[in-house]
Amino acid sequence: MADKDKRKDMPGASETGHTYENRQEIYYNDNVGGRAVFVDAKEQYDPDEPYNEQVYLPEKDRDKEPILQVNGLGIDFGGLTAVDNFNLTLGRTEIGGLIGPNGAGKTTIFNMLTKVYEPTRGEIIFNGKSTKGMSTVDINKAGMARTFQNIRLFDKLTVEENIKVALHHTTDYGLIDGMLHTPKYKHEEFRIRKEAMKYLKIFGMTKTAEYRAGSLPYGAQRRLEIMRALATKPKLLLLDEPAAGMNPSETSELMETIREIRDRFQIAIFLIEHDMNLVMNICEGIVVLNYGRVIAKGWPEDIQSNPKVIEAYLGKDRGKEKKTKKAKEEDIEAALAKGKLESAPSGKPDEGRKEAQ
Amino acid sequence: MADRILKSINTRGLKNAVRGSEYKKEALISYGILIGGYILLQLGAMTGLIGRNLQGQFVPICVYVSLAISLNLVVGISGELSLGHAGFMAVGAFTGAVVVRVLENGIGFAPLRLLIALLISAAVAALAGLIIGLPILGLRGDYLAIVTLAFGEIIKNFMNVIYFALDENGHLKFAFNHEIEGIDNSGRILTGPIGATGVTKIATFTYAAILTAFTLFVVLNIKNSKQGRAIMAIRDNRIAGESIGLNVKKYKLMAFVVSASLAGMAGCMFGQNFSTLAPVKFNFNTSVLILVFVVLGGIGNIWGGMIAAALLTILPEALRQFSDYRMLVYSIVLIAVMIATYNPTIKSRISTLWDKVNPFKNKDKDKGKKPKKTGKEAA
Repeated sequence: MADKDKRKDMPGASETGHTYENRQEIYYNDNVGGRAVFVDAKEQYDPDEPYNEQVYLPEKDRDKEPILQVNGLGIDFGGLTAVDNFNLTLGRTEIGGLIGPNGAGKTTIFNMLTKVYEPTRGEIIFNGKSTKGMSTVDINKAGMARTFQNIRLFDKLTVEENIKVALHHTTDYGLIDGMLHTPKYKHEEFRIRKEAMKYLKIFGMTKTAEYRAGSLPYGAQRRLEIMRALATKPKLLLLDEPAAGMNPSETSELMETIREIRDRFQIAIFLIEHDMNLVMNICEGIVVLNYGRVIAKGWPEDIQSNPKVIEAYLGKDRGKEKKTKKAKEEDIEAALAKGKLESAPSGKPDEGRKEAQ
Repeated sequence: MADRILKSINTRGLKNAVRGSEYKKEALISYGILIGGYILLQLGAMTGLIGRNLQGQFVPICVYVSLAISLNLVVGISGELSLGHAGFMAVGAFTGAVVVRVLENGIGFAPLRLLIALLISAAVAALAGLIIGLPILGLRGDYLAIVTLAFGEIIKNFMNVIYFALDENGHLKFAFNHEIEGIDNSGRILTGPIGATGVTKIATFTYAAILTAFTLFVVLNIKNSKQGRAIMAIRDNRIAGESIGLNVKKYKLMAFVVSASLAGMAGCMFGQNFSTLAPVKFNFNTSVLILVFVVLGGIGNIWGGMIAAALLTILPEALRQFSDYRMLVYSIVLIAVMIATYNPTIKSRISTLWDKVNPFKNKDKDKGKKPKKTGKEAA
């Protein structure tokens, strides 16, 4: 192993064999890239296997009731368990992160929180109230707003109108006022126009106000989506891969924006993201999901060095038939006993290395 | 920090962005077309340039323009295909016929009678829209289109078995599925398949034009209100609409009911223009005809639909010289116009041509975008 390559290894990589040198094998592993295919959560992990169930709340939120509490959440699609036993506690002004490989069930969890899907098991307590029986519309009215992985804007409306639509429930006039443009209409429209402009100003998009949302550049569309969610005055903002498709400078801008949103509006933010730089930098608590199950929870530093997380992301037994969790651990133990771990943890690493060369 | 974000966003990639729909411009063009068309036709009629036949089409032109505007609320603004618009027109026409006849003895002033009839027709048509819309608006796309088609036909057939008459004491009598006994011809209002008879034609071109202006006013206002924005938002992205707390069904229904009630008013005006009117007039063909106006004018483009409705109502009259081949020529013209409107190549050629001759061209404004894009793009 050449010395210059060592610098790029993730912490703990030498123990698991996921070094820079083995990058080719790692890249083609089942868990990374490709389509999101749900794998049955019950088959993959022993339900009784514990992870650190400690409740992580940032210091500033500990004296207040958490904004979101999720207990034993799970959903089955047909016979397939997509998400199982998901627990979460989120502080009033916390920035939480949800990470995991593709197909782990992250967006499914967002969809359950916003009631796009009705959970099969478990309960969601939002702002002190159970969300059982609520619809997506009710959830938003209760104070939870979200963005989408694939941007969903009102393409043919202008940027300003996109925000005005989000201000719908604070706009106070009826259909007759709308039909006949009464003085009440004019008064309210003037007010929400000013309010929409306020949001645009915060995000520096005043100049785009008259443009069609669908014709904006990508980064601006993402921003507009966040803005639209914020305009519904949420207490919790869910961001589904806000940095997807952004270049590094845009991502760092986004990081600042997310922090600024939290500080300015004093709300909780829960985000799904693949960009580890962003997640590790701004999230105060992180949940790692794999095959529909939480495999780790904790502060960013804990997560970075957690061997289970590294395994989930980088994989272990490339190309071979999938093993159960226990079999995998036995492998590691056997390897440890032989003292082989430095070069190869399991499987047939020699073959892969030949290909790489 | 915020300033930095501000700068970078404002300068990035906006060259390719398209300016949004401009309500003021749209309203100006629409009202301009309406008032211009009204003055033109009035002048033509006064100077005798427009013949008797075509003068008889003035009220139907206004009615069809009004129907095209109201259907645009469902098809263009709400984004759902409705094939039953003629049904609501029928409800309005026959309600209006009954109301006008009942009021004939009480109110001598014809415009007031017409106004009351219009309002009641609007209410009844709105009720019909609500009854139909409630169960079906959970459907989407093609399924909704088919069900509205079926409901349009049901309304027409329902009108076929409705009997209304005034007896000698001036009392209103109603019968379902059978003739009313002991009523002479003069007392009959609605007679099943024969339809409305003995109407005293109180609709005039001016009244019809005012109704069209009202329809235009309402639809344009709704488009630029919180309700209209919600309707358009749901059209653009249903899931996102729900995620920001918009009640999808409520706003779809709102568009449908308002559109139905406006169609009812147009139908009432239509009915007051003919001395007899049979339910068969409001069949599937009429619904499709109204939809053709909307599609031809550009879905969502209100003034485009107005022009299409006016031209396609005049066209069959203008094509009388082709006698037997009239409908054939009509269809060919329709196909040609459709291709010219929707084929991108031809469209861009027309717009380049327009650019060369356009005297009002604003060079700076046209830089970033294709000319004439705002109107037709919605389709």
